[in-house]
Amino acid sequence: MYAFTYHRPATARQAASLLAKKEDAKLLAGGHTLLPTMKQRLASPGALVDLSSCADLKGIARKGRNLVIGAMTTHAEVAASPEVQEAIPALAYLASHIGDPHVRHRGTIGGSVANNDPAADYPAALLALGATVVTNKRKLPAEEFFSGLYETALDEGEIIVKVSFPVASKAGYAKFRNPASRYALVGVFVAKRGSEIAVAVTGAGEGGVFRWPEAEAVLKARFAPKSLDGLKHTAKGINGDIHADAEYRAHLIGVMAKQAVAQATGKAG
Amino acid sequence: MSATGIGAPVRRKEDHRFITGQGRYTDDINRPGQAHAYFLRSPHAHATLKKIDTKAAAAMPGVLGIYTGDDLAADKVGGLICGWMIHSKDGSPMKAGPHPALAQGKVRYVGDHIAVVVAETLAQARDAAEAIVVDYGVLPAVTDTASAAKAKTQVHAEAPDNTVFNWHLGDKAATDAAFKAAKHVTKLDIVNNRLVPNPMEPRAAVGDYDQGEGAFTLYTTSQNPHVARLVLSAFIGIAPENKLRVIAPDVGGGFGSKIFIYAEETVCVWAAKKVGRPVKWTSDRTEAFLSDAHGRDHVTHAELAMDADGKMLGMRVHTTANLGAYLSTFSSSVPTYLYAPLLSGQYDIPAIYCEVDAVYTNTAPVDAYRGAGRPEATFVVERLVEVAARQLGKDPAKFRTQNFVRKFPHQTPVIMMYDTGNYSASLKKALETIDYKGFAKRRRDSARNGKLRGIGFSAYIEACGIAPSAAVGSLGAGVGLWESAEVRVNPIGTIEVLTGSHSHGQGHETTFAQLVSDRLGVPLENVSIVHGDTDKVQMGMGTYGSRSGAVGMSAIFKAIDKVIAKGKKVAAYVLEADEADIDFKDGNFSVKGTDRKLDFGSCALQAYVAHKFNGQDLEPGLKEGAFYDPTNFTFPAGVHICELEIDPDTGVTRIERWAAVDDFGNVINPMIVEGQVHGGIAQGVGQALLEGARYNADGQLVTASFMDYCMPRADDLPSFEVGMTVTPCPSNPLGIKGCGEAGAIAAPPAVINAITDALGHEDIAMPATPQAVWRAAQKTLSRMAAE
Amino acid sequence: MANLSMTVNGKAVTANVDPRTLLVQFLRENLRLTGTHVGCDTSQCGACVVHLDGKAVKSCTTLALSCEGASVTTIEGLANGGALHPMQEAFREHHGLQCGFCTPGMIMAAVDIVNRRGNSLDEKTIREDLEGNICRCTGYHNIVKAIASGAEAMGKGAAPARQAAE
Repeated sequence: MYAFTYHRPATARQAASLLAKKEDAKLLAGGHTLLPTMKQRLASPGALVDLSSCADLKGIARKGRNLVIGAMTTHAEVAASPEVQEAIPALAYLASHIGDPHVRHRGTIGGSVANNDPAADYPAALLALGATVVTNKRKLPAEEFFSGLYETALDEGEIIVKVSFPVASKAGYAKFRNPASRYALVGVFVAKRGSEIAVAVTGAGEGGVFRWPEAEAVLKARFAPKSLDGLKHTAKGINGDIHADAEYRAHLIGVMAKQAVAQATGKAG
Repeated sequence: MSATGIGAPVRRKEDHRFITGQGRYTDDINRPGQAHAYFLRSPHAHATLKKIDTKAAAAMPGVLGIYTGDDLAADKVGGLICGWMIHSKDGSPMKAGPHPALAQGKVRYVGDHIAVVVAETLAQARDAAEAIVVDYGVLPAVTDTASAAKAKTQVHAEAPDNTVFNWHLGDKAATDAAFKAAKHVTKLDIVNNRLVPNPMEPRAAVGDYDQGEGAFTLYTTSQNPHVARLVLSAFIGIAPENKLRVIAPDVGGGFGSKIFIYAEETVCVWAAKKVGRPVKWTSDRTEAFLSDAHGRDHVTHAELAMDADGKMLGMRVHTTANLGAYLSTFSSSVPTYLYAPLLSGQYDIPAIYCEVDAVYTNTAPVDAYRGAGRPEATFVVERLVEVAARQLGKDPAKFRTQNFVRKFPHQTPVIMMYDTGNYSASLKKALETIDYKGFAKRRRDSARNGKLRGIGFSAYIEACGIAPSAAVGSLGAGVGLWESAEVRVNPIGTIEVLTGSHSHGQGHETTFAQLVSDRLGVPLENVSIVHGDTDKVQMGMGTYGSRSGAVGMSAIFKAIDKVIAKGKKVAAYVLEADEADIDFKDGNFSVKGTDRKLDFGSCALQAYVAHKFNGQDLEPGLKEGAFYDPTNFTFPAGVHICELEIDPDTGVTRIERWAAVDDFGNVINPMIVEGQVHGGIAQGVGQALLEGARYNADGQLVTASFMDYCMPRADDLPSFEVGMTVTPCPSNPLGIKGCGEAGAIAAPPAVINAITDALGHEDIAMPATPQAVWRAAQKTLSRMAAE
Repeated sequence: MANLSMTVNGKAVTANVDPRTLLVQFLRENLRLTGTHVGCDTSQCGACVVHLDGKAVKSCTTLALSCEGASVTTIEGLANGGALHPMQEAFREHHGLQCGFCTPGMIMAAVDIVNRRGNSLDEKTIREDLEGNICRCTGYHNIVKAIASGAEAMGKGAAPARQAAE
């Protein structure tokens, strides 16, 4: 690592002011992307603003028809939360399959969302559930928030405070893990809210998380795994790497979508 | 069998320190005044070094010294060596290019060592390394094994066509005749994928120099500290042996990769004198991927000739072996004498001919990795045999049985004389364990769930107990492969055993103590095993090739014989009897036909006080040493059967059952032996399903971390059903054959034979990743649809 | 440099550290607790797992300064005086280790599994929860057996899971 100064504010407001004041400052959430990158000397922030003591960024609450999760809530806390399990069990399931148990004790929803790794799990959930990212400055709908590979609509100095998920009537998530890294090679989150169906795909897109309108259309007619029979995602715009070429990934999108719907409809085997 | 003697599943003596965090690995060692080394490595696979400018770097904070290949050369530090001479078919010696510890003039793979920076802290050393300016003349790279000999790029001027040697073994004319007479020939093209050993402890070194004594000490992650000292002294020229102490403390796994003498420890120990401070280097995982010696990397065409009944007549093999950019310490022996002599497998094959072309490429050096040559041979044999059975429409178990060697000793056409074995017994037990009869039903059940189920066999043999010195000397080895032991009995009967073997997970502190406890009748806790320090143990050859039981313990056995013989002399004086009348049994020396006896501890005391005998007639003390040189290789063999299920929708392969039945001869500690089998299978399954080192055309290693190189995890594997059969080895006093590599040798063909059985075709290579299996399964599904 | 204080294995420690210092470096280099190991650079192998306020974390991916005021338990702090923790005992009894390098992280991860999932663990659960720990020696077979047995022993009150973790 290159040298940096370290700051640990107690509130999001203090964090924002440090972020504005310090040159080349970066926010440290769970650190499970940033610290390995810094260890490899691929990132060299001049200052780190550690959010782990900001109590106002933590917590899970059901607010009417929304489930609100503080940015510094860990994956383990989301996975184990009775509120999440009750409101959107698929979200708890997703959180319980991010990384490994140790990573889940440190990694946070805010960190994951802000990093927008194309192989991360949470972006699929936010996009499919129509979540809103609440920052210290504004509210951003998920479809506006994720803007490209590792890119988001966050401005300089903007801090994610919480993520608000409208509660879906049915939702499911299925992921095919990269055998080596265990990140999502393909992850598909499906959600049904009223008559609205959303299918969001992570891990596969050249431009990061995206929706699959053809699948949404057939699921709108009937929300069942069988509806996806014969439907294939195109390999165009899909990533290829040493683990999976575009054709295989495109195929897996269909398989994972079906599994996600099966989970959402209680038909998972 | 006593509770702690030979054959007992004694819990390991070494475990207490490991489970309490008190193990002492090289990186745990810190010397007073220690500085840190960081190696500047080549980012290019192939380039000339036009200029290395260290001026700005040398002025950076904390920097104590920056050295390049020229500095080593100026100090007359020799290059790294390859200790096994191979001759080509035409009789010419192998064509080896130079291997300086720090590059001179040219770098030949990504990760090659350009310079070392020694600084007060690791961060300062790394900062300074970034400030070194290197002017590279980038050259095209050659990375592909099969086409390396035809590449325009030449890795070493000394090796035209990038060819190190064209070697062969066997009788070509007899083999050609066998193929002419054959009614059926099975042909197969095989790639044995390149692997990265990845012991969990990365390599490390701490070099120390005592100015007063003019002596060096090197702490290093080595499987064979004495070999390291020998090479660093006699060939690299760091210091004479009496001025160089090498200590290999607790070592966190080796699997072959810590046999070799690498650039980093060479430079650290040398630099300690240069900077006048101890110098420490610890590899990070990325460096390990780039610069630890890799394993395997063969491209092979193989053919098996049979008569009308399926009796094997002959085998023909051509292999191209990638040795990487430089010849590592034992690299040349791996695809030659550790490979081709195993091509007869468990079968009676009258004629075998094997050609091996070894090539240089712009990749990390390739050397021994768990099994070393024998997994490659077994993969060729067991894939060929399985495919032949399928082509002949024969049951794979019956086809194997038909061709098994049955009479021992058996001379193969490729050097080896199998001493003993019972291959049918292992196969029979494995078939029962896996419930072979019930497989057809299980396959139907899988099919009902849309899954493809397959079963695969691997009847492997390996040559261990490496090795008779005269034999390996005649084949080109630069060393003898005996082992040494010294048994020091203390005055009150406690015992230290000094051994040239080195334990880095194998549990020698327990098994070697079991042998001593068993033979001398002393409690296990009274026996300590000392290893891994050239100042304590005089000489030894180290641990690899499943040799420590068969060779290392045989040396201890011999030394114990001498202790008992001396003890009898002492007892004769003390008990006032004739030496010929003294018996030794259950820890007591006694006079035949009387009740007079002397327990072992009392005998030891008498040996040291020497009151009862004239020190001129019988020397005081009870300490004996022995060197044991084996008379033959040992031949562990067994049958592994893998049953697995493929999801054709995702390509995911799940291993459902694994039956392993091995014949390791006599077993000292079955718990430890089973553990070795488990670990070996996991590495073999890793090779078959998950692991593969891949370089791109530019010579960049694209699998240089655990993010991209898939290590087997707990959820990738099943529990294993492990059983044994026993035919004691006749060539060593304990009847031991060796168990360390069996699993890694047996597993890959078992997995691939099971996958191809499930798929119904042979079109899959290792690693059979989900993507590869999915694609292969589509072929299966479309064939099934067409039928 | 910055001041740091935390509790390690029940003892208060203070130090002045470079902000770059990772928890694992602090443990190994400042406190000379070398039982916690580093086996990779990408937060995957789990050789560095310790308990931070009772939860398993990768100490190679945690800044020491982030642990200000926290309680850390390492492998050296797991045994209760002279008596081994039941999970340590289980690893020994079931030959759940060979070279010993992954072992401290493996044992700390195992205790964490029990803390999260209780004392009755099936093979599938154990294997899935070991996703963050790599062993190259054992093939996991005996580790899985050791954890199942150690979990049961912890339930028999030899040493309550919580107490051990915190």
